[in-house]
Amino acid sequence: MTPDEPLIRPEWLQTHALDVLQRVLEHLELTGIAVGVGFVISFALGLWISRRPGAYAPITWVTGILYTIPSLALFALLIPFTGLSLLTAEIGLVSYTLLILIRGIVGGIRSVPAEVREAAIGMGYTGNQLLWQVELPLATVVIISGVRVATITTIGLVTVTALIGQGGLGFFILDGIQRLFSTPLIVGATLSVALAVAADGVLVLLQRWLTPWARGE
Amino acid sequence: MPGSRGASVEFRHVTKRYEASSHEGAGPGAVNNLSLIVPPGEICVLVGPSGCGKTTSLKMVNRLVEPTSGQVLIDGEDIASVEPTQLRRRIGYVIQQIGLFPHRTIADNVATVPKLLGWPRERIRARVDELLTLIGLDPGIVRDRYPAQLSGGERQRVGLARALAVEPPVMLMDEPFGAVDPIVRERLQNEFLRLHERLGTTVLFVTHDIDEAIKMGSRVAVMQQGGLLAQYAPPADLLMHPASDFVARFVGVDRGLKRLALSRVGEVELAEAPLVREGESAEGARMRAGDDAWVLLLDAERRPIGWIDVRRLPSGGSVTADQSDPSSPFFTRETTLRDALSLLLATAVQTGVVVDDASRYLGVLTLDAVAAALRQAAVQPVGATP
Repeated sequence: MTPDEPLIRPEWLQTHALDVLQRVLEHLELTGIAVGVGFVISFALGLWISRRPGAYAPITWVTGILYTIPSLALFALLIPFTGLSLLTAEIGLVSYTLLILIRGIVGGIRSVPAEVREAAIGMGYTGNQLLWQVELPLATVVIISGVRVATITTIGLVTVTALIGQGGLGFFILDGIQRLFSTPLIVGATLSVALAVAADGVLVLLQRWLTPWARGE
Repeated sequence: MPGSRGASVEFRHVTKRYEASSHEGAGPGAVNNLSLIVPPGEICVLVGPSGCGKTTSLKMVNRLVEPTSGQVLIDGEDIASVEPTQLRRRIGYVIQQIGLFPHRTIADNVATVPKLLGWPRERIRARVDELLTLIGLDPGIVRDRYPAQLSGGERQRVGLARALAVEPPVMLMDEPFGAVDPIVRERLQNEFLRLHERLGTTVLFVTHDIDEAIKMGSRVAVMQQGGLLAQYAPPADLLMHPASDFVARFVGVDRGLKRLALSRVGEVELAEAPLVREGESAEGARMRAGDDAWVLLLDAERRPIGWIDVRRLPSGGSVTADQSDPSSPFFTRETTLRDALSLLLATAVQTGVVVDDASRYLGVLTLDAVAAALRQAAVQPVGATP
């Protein structure tokens, strides 16, 4: 970047307004699919673990390894099979959410006080009634904490998928780097951070709405 | 109301062994060949040191624990043949930590079992308000609150209301008042006893506190380490005739005093005291006192005002209320002898005044009379323990 280049050229924003909006939506879509699919998988695994606690260690081990693979390397490994596609991006993004989400779900269910569980069983709840009417509602606060961390992480990680032709706001960041042009880089990075903050705020509101009993504690 | 009368509960040679225990023989919580019958409507207290198997025994009644051998019968029916969730919905269950659902309002908590049984909404609502009133909470105030917004004593009451929701013929209570302070505990105990008189539910009640056992139980089962039933008897029999050294030690060296808690002033023959009326002459009071140092001052309605020490009366003039000792203990016929004794020992006169519901004089209770009541009870022949 040249020294006399300003950090942001306002006229770029004007000419690229629609483009920016489109990338924001794409960013949200990539994040939403990743967290959504990740949640469905994690929820199923979490319920399974709640019935078979022995499965927790191996599942944590596998998802932990997935979590530690550098994202660039993972995408590079996937390209021969799934190409420069949305699928490649989502396989990577989803696999990074699993560890956090499963921990949230299992931790949430385990946080239910033993006496609450005993009272429920003692009053004649079946296993399914216990799970859906007592354990999962009480686990909501912890589960949503997991979703918040997963969402923030994913929003940041989506920018990396620009390297395989996806990327949402990451497109601008990559564009700015390649052209030594600071405006799109800063716009992309700033909006990505703003999205993360906004998404987190929405999830906090969702949690408060879902758990009226936990307010004011 | 369904099942408004209690059911009988019978343990028939019930044994529970816990394997994989490093202990020799029976591990903690084990139960060894327990046989006992709780007749309908009675409160049977299971009491004993920790690990004696009292909680295990309780949990075998609602099949939270399955016996290794033997049978538990409710109204003659072997509960092993009843589907556990169906069985549990017919049995009230109260535990020390209460286990209210923190995510549900008080009304929803109380409605738990009616909802499981599919009662219609209107009936549930009416029942919830009835129960909250019964346990002394205002439905309009607490109905829509969450458990975290209530005090410990209020939560314990809600736990009780939840267990009573469908008027179960049997209630299991595992140290239900163990987590509240002594004052609240005493109040909850009294409330529960009053409630029980109205409901007639059969209650199995676990505690490690022998005083609570004697107070709450119509029958007390003392259990000892290894899950053995040491004695099963009404509280008075237990205190008078402990079946073994273990029971004697467990009920304590003060079992004589504890027995006093089971008798009331009304059961003792009262003595007469020298009486004076307000306004009588001091000379007259001295005459009435005779050899006694004290006379009892009554007002015009025969309500006692207090004891007067005639030695301190002026030689002339009349007797007035302000000459009486304000610390004189007054009892009703319902006061327990234990409370009466402790008050008597604390005052100078050592004679208590017994009054009726309108606070009128009935007679006096002396230390000698309390001692005589104790001796009499001790020599009375006692029927065979069930």
